[in-house]
Amino acid sequence: MSALSSNWDRRSVLRAAAGLAALGPLAACGSNNGRSGGGSSGKELVQYFHAYGEAGTEQAIKKYAKAYDKAQVTTQWITGSDFESKLFASLLTKNAPDLFEFHPQIQLVRSGQVADLSDIIDPVKDDFNPADIASHTVDGKIYGVRMIDDPQFFFYRPSLLEKAGVKVPTTLDELIEAAAKLTTGKVKGLFLGNDLHAVINPLIWSAGADTLDSGNRIAYHTEGVKEGLKKMRGLFTSGHLLLDAPADYWDPSAINQGLCAIQFCGMWAMPQMQKALGDDIGVFAFPKVIDSGKPSVYNGGWSMFVNAKGSHVDLAKEYVKWLWIDQKKYQEDWSLSYGFHIPPRTSLAASATKLKSGLPAEGVRLFGEYGHFDNIGWTQSMITALEDVFANCVRKGGDPEAALDKADVTVNRELKKLFG
Amino acid sequence: MSTTTSRGVSRPAPAEAAPARPRRGLRGRATFNFWLFTGPFLIGLLVFVYVPIGWSLWLSFFEARFTVTPDKFVGFDNYRQMLENSDFTASLVTFTVFAAFIVPLTWAISLGLALLVNRLRFMRAFFRSVFFLPTACSYVAASLIWKMSIFSGVRFGLMNTVLGWFGVENIAWLADPDPPWYWLVIVSARLWLQAGFYMILFLAALQNIPPELYEAAAIDGARPGWQTFRHITLPQLRATSTAVVLLLLVAAYQAFDEFYNLLSKTTWGRPPLVELYYTALGQAQDYGAGSAGAVVLTLLICLVTLLQGRFMGFGRGEEAE
Repeated sequence: MSALSSNWDRRSVLRAAAGLAALGPLAACGSNNGRSGGGSSGKELVQYFHAYGEAGTEQAIKKYAKAYDKAQVTTQWITGSDFESKLFASLLTKNAPDLFEFHPQIQLVRSGQVADLSDIIDPVKDDFNPADIASHTVDGKIYGVRMIDDPQFFFYRPSLLEKAGVKVPTTLDELIEAAAKLTTGKVKGLFLGNDLHAVINPLIWSAGADTLDSGNRIAYHTEGVKEGLKKMRGLFTSGHLLLDAPADYWDPSAINQGLCAIQFCGMWAMPQMQKALGDDIGVFAFPKVIDSGKPSVYNGGWSMFVNAKGSHVDLAKEYVKWLWIDQKKYQEDWSLSYGFHIPPRTSLAASATKLKSGLPAEGVRLFGEYGHFDNIGWTQSMITALEDVFANCVRKGGDPEAALDKADVTVNRELKKLFG
Repeated sequence: MSTTTSRGVSRPAPAEAAPARPRRGLRGRATFNFWLFTGPFLIGLLVFVYVPIGWSLWLSFFEARFTVTPDKFVGFDNYRQMLENSDFTASLVTFTVFAAFIVPLTWAISLGLALLVNRLRFMRAFFRSVFFLPTACSYVAASLIWKMSIFSGVRFGLMNTVLGWFGVENIAWLADPDPPWYWLVIVSARLWLQAGFYMILFLAALQNIPPELYEAAAIDGARPGWQTFRHITLPQLRATSTAVVLLLLVAAYQAFDEFYNLLSKTTWGRPPLVELYYTALGQAQDYGAGSAGAVVLTLLICLVTLLQGRFMGFGRGEEAE
């Protein structure tokens, strides 16, 4: 005791504590990269995932990672709506993840942020949906492995449509009319998400246009799209659209809780809807906007990329190959055990019994018949430019032509930087 | 004993020098302690404030897409891009509208609260705590409560439930910019969060007003209430009011959390920081343009602060008058 008193008097202890307290925050800065100590092999990888809404997904991803014995794989499960921001910011630092999920976008390739995965995909290329391969290819090289395909369309309550004497809409006008007839005191006819962003691309495709043409030029600025924007403005102000819901379009709670009769959502939410509504649920594609248009389905989804500037590129590629190419049981589990997603591997999709009948089969049919996949040349800045178009002329009531002109400036600037 | 005495007697010189040694020691220790305590914070200031400011200034002259170590010099192109960007200029208007609402409202409400709790004789500590407590709440948490519970656009949102009792249709508080109900949501959230803090400042200032002033005014025939408040209380609070307005204005410039969380991905209601966030980090990943916008904003804040200080006499000592 005496020895302790002489060496560690109160002042010394306080001084040491103060010093540690002062230096602690500095020492902590930048150290939280998700790596939780060395594994038995001493090799470590970090992967980023956005937080999926379906229960059990986080545990599943961590279970797959734990089963890999050649490296310790740590998962950062990123909650909140700004996964992109966190990912992009971290990719500029030394604490960037070794691998991450995202959508195929050419700026990741042009800025050297994602590694070429052709060597691991080529041997099984024919077993992937060709559209998925095309959407991940730049100059003949494949830059990501598709994990899941997520068709997005309208879900509706047949009982409510029948009660209101409404048929399944085949045109945007019919959809708007249906929304009016289905709106009652407590139920709104339609929910397209709080910011309507989910239906931007479907509106463009259903108007017979596209985001970019095959020569990477603007293809969305058409009379049909302008017509669609005007119709959407009418719908927005009609009072028949559910606005400002607690959860956004990707969550099935609006239709499950009886807030709306028709909701735009993704196939991932189908099991939750079936659980809540039983057989009283149907699906249809985004209807044609003008006579010359055609129904459309956005085939979203997520892909796995390897950070080309990371310090473990080869190890990360090995892990991607192991999990997303070799481990078919995990790929099937990931696609079908939590929400419903279509496996990008054609062999898996063909053997997925859960997708062969009933509502899931109808979803797969819409996917095959009307599906549009990501265009790798359509980047985040361009996506934002068209989100602004919707904000300015659908939600704010501005002139569609002026809004599209403004988007053209941004998109053309981006195209010039990317393609010259 | 004698030995001890002789030893003690034989050490007069060190005894004289002794006071100097502790002084040097103290001074040395004081210097050490100064650096021990301020050093980490100075390093933090340098690393997290001055280096980023310098870096941002440097980035603003480069093509810095998807990189913070660019090599393509573009001169003032980023500045031109930001100043031609109507969203950026609109964000400055948004800030002006926001400041026009929030600064006078917070000033008036926090002063009103301070006057109320200052006179209280019953449950004084309770009321002071109740009004101050929201200051401890995170802006993000408050925004989510406002968005998902109080001002949710569906029928079971608190405000829509109350309005429903009077037969009013559900209001989409945040989804529809026409009419701009979102201002009510944003301003009320910030008022709730910050009024208590400024109430404390006013309370401290109120308690520093000498009671003799009120006594003298009463003797001179001043009526209690508005007349006393206008001619005694308000002038006595001038310094605090000036500081409060300045702090409120700076806080309004820094507005981010509630706008970002309440109005995600709109083109309206974006204050400058949210606009810059979307430019630099959100989607475009254009650190050059974002930095140029940040430099413009910094210069603007400096200019407004200097002008405000000049008009309101902030920092002007009595001797100068």
